[in-house]
Amino acid sequence: MNALIFLIPVSLVLGLIGLAGFLWALRSRQYDDLDGAAARILFDDNPRKETPK
Amino acid sequence: MSILGRAQPVASEAVSAAGCAHCGARLAPGQDRFCCAGCEGAHALVAGLGLSAFYARRETEAGALRPETMVAGLDLAPFAEQLRDGTQRLELVVSGLTCGACIWLVEQALAAEPDVLSARASLSARRLTVTWRGEAARANDIAALLGRLGFRVAPWSPACLRATEDAEGRALTRALGIAAFGSMNIMLISVAVWVGGDMGPSLRHGLHWLAAMIGMPVVLVAGMPFYRSAWAAIRAGRPSMDLAVSLGVLATAAMSLSETLRNGPYTWFDGATMLLALLLAGRVFDRAARRRARQSVAELLALQEGMVTRLLADGHLEAVPAEAVAAGDRVLVSAGERLRLDGVATVDALLDAAATTGESVPRLFAAGDALPAGAVNMGAAFTMTVSAAAKDGSLAAMARLLERAEQAKGRFVAIADRAARFYVPVVHLVAAATFLAWWGLLEAPWQVALVNAVCVLLITCPCALALAVPAVQVVAVGALFRRGVLVTSATALERLATADHVVLDKTGTLTEGRSVLVPDAQDDVVLCRAASMAKASRHPLAQALVRACPDAPLAEGVREIPGQGLECGAARLGSPAFCGLGASADGMTMVLRDGDAAPVSFRFADRMREDAPTAVAALKSLGLSAELLSGDGEGAVAAIAWQAGITDWRSGVDPVAKQARIATLRDEGRHPLMVGDGINDAAALAAAHVSASPAGATDLAQTASDLVLQREGLSALPAAIRIARRAQAIARGNIGFSLVYNAFAVPVAAVGLVTPVIAAVVMASSSLIVVLNALRAAKD
Repeated sequence: MNALIFLIPVSLVLGLIGLAGFLWALRSRQYDDLDGAAARILFDDNPRKETPK
Repeated sequence: MSILGRAQPVASEAVSAAGCAHCGARLAPGQDRFCCAGCEGAHALVAGLGLSAFYARRETEAGALRPETMVAGLDLAPFAEQLRDGTQRLELVVSGLTCGACIWLVEQALAAEPDVLSARASLSARRLTVTWRGEAARANDIAALLGRLGFRVAPWSPACLRATEDAEGRALTRALGIAAFGSMNIMLISVAVWVGGDMGPSLRHGLHWLAAMIGMPVVLVAGMPFYRSAWAAIRAGRPSMDLAVSLGVLATAAMSLSETLRNGPYTWFDGATMLLALLLAGRVFDRAARRRARQSVAELLALQEGMVTRLLADGHLEAVPAEAVAAGDRVLVSAGERLRLDGVATVDALLDAAATTGESVPRLFAAGDALPAGAVNMGAAFTMTVSAAAKDGSLAAMARLLERAEQAKGRFVAIADRAARFYVPVVHLVAAATFLAWWGLLEAPWQVALVNAVCVLLITCPCALALAVPAVQVVAVGALFRRGVLVTSATALERLATADHVVLDKTGTLTEGRSVLVPDAQDDVVLCRAASMAKASRHPLAQALVRACPDAPLAEGVREIPGQGLECGAARLGSPAFCGLGASADGMTMVLRDGDAAPVSFRFADRMREDAPTAVAALKSLGLSAELLSGDGEGAVAAIAWQAGITDWRSGVDPVAKQARIATLRDEGRHPLMVGDGINDAAALAAAHVSASPAGATDLAQTASDLVLQREGLSALPAAIRIARRAQAIARGNIGFSLVYNAFAVPVAAVGLVTPVIAAVVMASSSLIVVLNALRAAKD
């Protein structure tokens, strides 16, 4: 039973990290162009110029 | 999301077989690698930039990337925005950006320009953001470069922004993320409580508290979209599905909290959060499907939006948006340009008023006549005096008419809401009766009575019912999108399924709405010669000639005499009068006179769409009687009606009469489907039970329509009706299933036999069945 004292907080913290990551991705507009992002990972050449910020 | 609404490449095998090496269009006999000079240039440009890999990756529709020989000269420099560090930024909507390879090509091609700092394209929004160091006028070079590659660009307009800046959609996605996180973590804890029968009461209490600590904030935050809409429904005084969801979720959360405080055997936070997560998932997908349609419409509108050329007092010209022009200003209308404002001609002008009146033949307006906005200049460039600013003009008046008609249509109640109206009160009455029966008759403690009453609310799980219609909508809208039909209204499919009469416009709807060369006994060599001269002109008839012989080379040294024709050495191509023959009656004839050779005349006509008779027949077999309403003269309308197989036709109908005819039909209890493309059809489109506009329709008609056909032809229309009817049948089946399922589940819950495990299992299974059933809607 003592294991629960560690395991439950650990699982919750991991879950919260995931949630925070999701909210960050949403806020930084990574969900705005899902089709483009899916295609972009296949470009194997070096990006020549990318939008700053 | 891409599986639901990505336009499928139509003929990718044709690209590899005998297709143009750049755009993939089928090659005409005699053509070697390219379908036109523009594509050859684009291919050389791509190869020169070292970007040939594009062709291996491309998935665009055949012919979509053909560069236009004449690009409308819209000055983009005013749209470039100067940033603080002196760099320029320009946002463009790019048409033709349909696959990953396209964004790669656009970004790499722009990055190859030395002064361009960055270029980033968005595939879903068709938006390109490019920044560079230097002059704002470089914007035009960038647009020209993209134009040579085959992409059409327009400034990013506020309409595009409204369509893509989907704050509500982002809020829904965020709520979904939170609800999914909450339900998964609570499920971990709940499973421990369900299986841990030998668990001590203190540990169980601790786990309940843990679940409550996750569950309460999740229920409050992730449920906000539902609570807001439920509150609106309460104020409007009509029960909605969102009200049922809100009450169910909040009651379950409150009851679970009280069970947590008194350390009852179970809490129900898992059920409440899972319900929210499932419902939000349905909504997010529903929105994504319709957002794509809204974006495509906004993109089409942005490309149509143009500038007008204002004549300043000092004789200079400047390009300004139509909104900036005041009454009394003088504007220059170039050949082939569409009038964006009402005005008075200062000289005689030949205008094609098909979009405003439905006449298929251009008409001569004498100096001093009022010119309607929306007409196309078929003659030479002329100046006109603007008689009304954009907001007071005839287009704006039509838009207001539209708005009123739209409001009348807003009263349509979707099937899901009709179901909710009777379902929600019944469910709440059953829940109240359960509570009273346990508490009053069986004299159980109030907590037990409350648990059973809330179980009824939870198990009636508006889940399946709330997913029943949206799930079908997503699948059907996605299927239509792949067939080139954009669905812009949420209830359009439902209304389309019940349409029983179709009213068609003639010009631009049944016909192609653009001039086509009538095949005559012309010699191919002569035709080619004429086309090579015609390539130098933007005149609609000249362009029709070029379309008839697209691979003709551009003739050298062609001089255009505005309003009359073209001259190239001893050869003349133009109006009959220009070539020494009698004046043409309708302006639909062109004559080529090459030196002393006999003049050859070319007749043009507005041809009927090839698939129109088939489409009309298919509509009839679906039970829709057809009717033709046109503003054109009797002879032209009767001929087209006969060709299309329509017996019921009316000619000389003005916009008001069109709308009145629709109103009469509706009063008779019919459900008319209006199909039209012109400004004169817009009011009728908005007034109809359901409306559609064909490819190339005017912007006003497209905004007024529930469905926008993107591909040429009308054949998508019968298919859309079949899909809509099928979707409707499946939606009804889904609703029926949810009701039957509730008929079994409610008694079980009312007698207190439902545990959280059973609730979770039935909730998930019923939702799954409804969603799987909805997938069948994609079949034609």
